[in-house]
This record gives sequence, structure tokens and C-alpha cells, in this order.
Amino acid sequence: MTVGLFLTQALNGLQLGILLFLLAAGLTLVFGIMNFVNLAHGSLYMMGAYFAAAVFNWTGSFVLAGLIGVPATMLLGVVVERVALIRLYRRDHLDQVLATFGLILFFNELVRIIWGPASVYMNTPAALSGTVELFGLRYPSYRFAIIGVGLAVGIGLYLLIHRTRIGMLIRAGATHPEIVAAMGVNVRRLNTIVFGLGAGLAGLAGLMAGPIVSVQPGMGEPILILTLVVIVTGGIGSIRGAFYGALIVGIVDTIGRAFLPTLLREFLERSLAQAAGPAIASMLIYVLMALVLAIRPQGLFPVRHA
Amino acid sequence: MSPAVRRRVDARVVVAVLLLGGLALVPMISSLIGGPFYITLFTRIVIFALAAVGLNLILGYGALVSFGHAMYIGIGAYAVGILSHHGVGSGWIQLAAALAVGAVVAVVIGLVCLRTSGMAFIMITLAFAQMFYFLAISLKQYGGDDGLTIAARSDFGVFTLASNTVLYYTALGVLVACLIAFHRLVYSRFGMVLRGCRSNERRMAALGFPTLRYKLTAYVISALVCVIAGMLLANLTKFSAPSYMAWQASGDLIVMIVLGGMGTIVGPVAGAVALLILEEILSGWTTHWMIVLGPAIVLIVLTAKRGIYGYLVERTARHAEARASPS
Repeated sequence: MTVGLFLTQALNGLQLGILLFLLAAGLTLVFGIMNFVNLAHGSLYMMGAYFAAAVFNWTGSFVLAGLIGVPATMLLGVVVERVALIRLYRRDHLDQVLATFGLILFFNELVRIIWGPASVYMNTPAALSGTVELFGLRYPSYRFAIIGVGLAVGIGLYLLIHRTRIGMLIRAGATHPEIVAAMGVNVRRLNTIVFGLGAGLAGLAGLMAGPIVSVQPGMGEPILILTLVVIVTGGIGSIRGAFYGALIVGIVDTIGRAFLPTLLREFLERSLAQAAGPAIASMLIYVLMALVLAIRPQGLFPVRHA
Repeated sequence: MSPAVRRRVDARVVVAVLLLGGLALVPMISSLIGGPFYITLFTRIVIFALAAVGLNLILGYGALVSFGHAMYIGIGAYAVGILSHHGVGSGWIQLAAALAVGAVVAVVIGLVCLRTSGMAFIMITLAFAQMFYFLAISLKQYGGDDGLTIAARSDFGVFTLASNTVLYYTALGVLVACLIAFHRLVYSRFGMVLRGCRSNERRMAALGFPTLRYKLTAYVISALVCVIAGMLLANLTKFSAPSYMAWQASGDLIVMIVLGGMGTIVGPVAGAVALLILEEILSGWTTHWMIVLGPAIVLIVLTAKRGIYGYLVERTARHAEARASPS
């Protein structure tokens, strides 16, 4: 049965990793092309989850929740970018961090006013509420759906960035923004498109996470911090790094939390293991990040500047 | 020194003395108005001013944006909490333990974080602070999520922090000592090298300075000041909780610095006074005060160039100018 348990936890880790990838991809794209750090990315994820939960509870249709929630988050992202963030692109990172910190406080309080301080529940859509049998193991099909959506987004992003004209502009803008502007590309519009894309991905992550986490004020911050760990581990600005980094962080975190306390009991005294196990498990990904940085400060999969 | 520069320096002294003198009068005014509310509020302000001054050493003079300094406040608070939980009430032992743990943590984390710069530095300091936050939550034997109540305030032998007034003046005394020490530090050779690294680290390295060592030393000093602030905070609230090192607390410290005036010694004090009083007023006004504070922070960032302190110094200098040349 331990093999089955291990497989379940590995799938859980994969699913967390995929969710992290949706967030990390948007954040790292915005950072890579605009050299802008958006701590409010977690807030966009939260708004996406609230939008989706509101539409879902109102209409009962998960598809509709996605069709309205994701574009609404995208629109919100574009509005925020145009109103506040556009003034910050030329400022230093400190100002960007602080201003987006202010936005987080604003959005957390906003949802508290509109939806109240308690969690909003969002059920799993009926079609996906069953389980799937895999190697004699029953695993919720909704979590498989998350993994599937994430992988599809990953492939879509790869094609978008490497095979389309807009992707070419994004790659060029990340390395040589002045030259791209000099060639007559509207960099401002490009920035807005990238920001909207990132916001849309955050909204998608919020939609997919809605049924499996509690939708509540401040839900964006813990996952934002994990996303930052992903980006730093994978290499800032790199989509590939975001993908592999997200999978590594998701799996290490989940497996560590599930098995480290039991594992420690083999070596340590029971009471000590009981106390130290959860503590060490919660620190595991940060230790991983520190190790990666100690060996490769630029991250595991840095952007290749050809 | 040209007269204009001297007036600027004089103005700085005037503003600093007025600010700190005003803080020194708080217990008397508080006892006149009656009620311990104001002295508690202002002790909090002085403690966060101390932490902000500490952070400003690396943020303002070294351009190292640490988004995780609340972690050191937490280390100081938990040193008091855990030791007093085990019956150790001596302030000196608590201080020694807090500084020792703080120094070890700061050296290790500083070495990792300083391998990066800019954006990555911000993210990593934030992530490490979050690591300690979750560590504190997982310490079930020390209260976990709920925090740890402290039975008695620290006892320093010759004096105890039991009285609110003593605690207030101790905090204020530490703050003033820290301001004087930092003033000397920043204008010493060490401070010159640190500021040199802020402007152009590669050049400093080329000149033969071991820049990492200087930056690490500054990082550790600024961390230890926050550790002391954390000890004082635990004494004020008789409580140590994971929320002391929540990342919002780190953000608040940076807001204080930017609001007060980055890269000035006294600026963060003005920022702490302004921000915490603003929070107090807003929270008395509505429970949803964050909805005002958030956009206010965005506005501060967009408009504050030199911060409150810089503005006050400018004004005072202009007044002196007007008096010096009556026309």
C-alpha cells in the first residue's frame, strides 16, 4: 500500500506543481520582459478564484465560470496595469515591490468587503467529481483535470513563444527592448498584452484551484511565496525554468510533508521526530532553494541569451 | 562647509532633536491625558522605528532590499518567549541568546542571499522570512499558530521592564543609541565602502575591497538591531506570535523607511511615527482601513521623493535661509 500512497502523493505534488506553474509562468514573463516584479500576482489569482466561485455558485456551470472568470481577471489585470503599474516600469525594484504590496492590502480588503471574511465554497463540477482508476489506484478526476489543463497551457505557451509572431516579439522584448521599440513595435501595447496574459493565467490558476482550496481573503500570499521560490529556483525570466522549478517545488513540498515525519521516526526518538518532522518538512523547499542558489545563483534553468 | 550646506546640517539636527524630544515627552503627556493607551502605542512606534532604522542601514545605504527583516523581529520575540517559557527571566541571558541566534541565522542566510542581487535578493529574503514564519507555526510546543504568552517581562538585574514607563524609555534609549552609532558608522570608512557598493559594486571590488564581507557585516548589524526590536516588542505585548514575522510586517518596515526618507539616519523614525499613527487613525475610523492604506502606500511610492524627513529638513533649512538673509 505504501507504493500506492507514494504514487498518490506524487500525483498531488505534480498537481501542486502544475498550479504553481500557471502562476510562475505569468510572473516570470512579466518580469522577463518588463523587468517588473508584481507581488500582486497572488491577488490576481485570488480575484480569479473569487470571480470563478461567484459565477459558479450563481449559474452552476464550471465552463461558464471559466469563460467569465478568466477574462474578468485578465481585464482586471490590464486595468491595474494601465492605472497604477505603468508608472512604475522605470522605477527601481523597491518602488515596484512596495506599490504592489499596497495593491495586495487593497485587494484583500476589497474581497473581505464584497464577499465577507469567511471562505466561499466552490464545488467540484459534477462531471469531474468522480475518481479515475490508475494502476489499481483511485485518484480524483478533478485533480487529473488540473494536471491536464496545466500541461496544455505549458504546450500552448511554448508554441506561442517559439512559433508565433507575438512570441518572437516577447522574446526580443525580453532581451533588447530598446531595439524592439526602435523597429516600430508598440512596446507599451506589448507590455499590456504580456501583463494581460499573465493575469489570465493567474485567473486560470484561481479557477482550477477554487474547488480544492478554500477561497478566502489572503489566499494569494502563501502561493505567491511558493511561486517566488519556483522562479528563483528555476531561473528568473525563464518559462522553462518556471515549468521545471514548479514541478520540483510542488513534488518536493508534497512528498516532504507526507513522508519526512515518518522517515525521521526511523532515525530519531519518537517525541523528537514528532516535533521536528513537520518543522523540517515545512522548511524543505527553502533549503532546496538555498542549495540551488549556493551552487547556481542564476537558477537551475536560466534564460539563454543567444 | 558652505553656509548653505551648514544650514542643511543644522536643519537636520533641529528636526532630529524635535522629533526625538517629542518622543521623550510622550510618557508625561500620556499620564496627563490619563490612560496607558498612548504610552503603549508610542512604545510600539519607537520599537518599529528601531527596526526600521536597522533595516535602513542595508536598504538605504547598501541598496539591499531585504523583504524579510520581520524574521529577525520574530527571532528576538521568540528568544524572550521561549526562554521565559522555560523559566529564564533574566534579560541579559535572553539578550545574549537572541543576539547569538540572530547572528548565526543572519550570517548563514546573508551568505546565501548576498550571492544574488536586485530582484532575486528581494524574493529570497522574503522566502527565508516565510520559512521562519512556517517554522514558528509548526513549533506546537511553543504555541504554534496561536503564539506564546510571556508570563513576566525581562529582568535586567539593575532594572526590570515591568513598568510601562521604564520599557518606553529603554526602547527610546536603545533607539537614540542606535541612531548615534549608525551616524558614526555610516560616515566611517566602513560606511563609505558600503555606500560605494550601493553606487557601483564592481568598481569597489576592482579597487580591492572584499565587498561581500562589507555587505554581510552590514546585513548582520541591521539584523541584530531588528532582533533587539523584537525583544522589546515581546516585552511590550507579553506575547510572541508567528504574525510578528509575517511578510506584511516586513513590508510595513519598508513602507516606514520610504515614507520617512530612505538613506537618512533619522528618516525611518519619522516614517514609523507617521505610518503607525495613520494606521491607528484609520483603524479607529473603519474596520476596513486596509482598503485606504493600500492605495495610500501606492501613492506614497509614486509621490514621495525624499520622504517626510527630507521634506522637513528642506523646510527648516529654507526658514533658516529666510532668516539669515532678510530682504
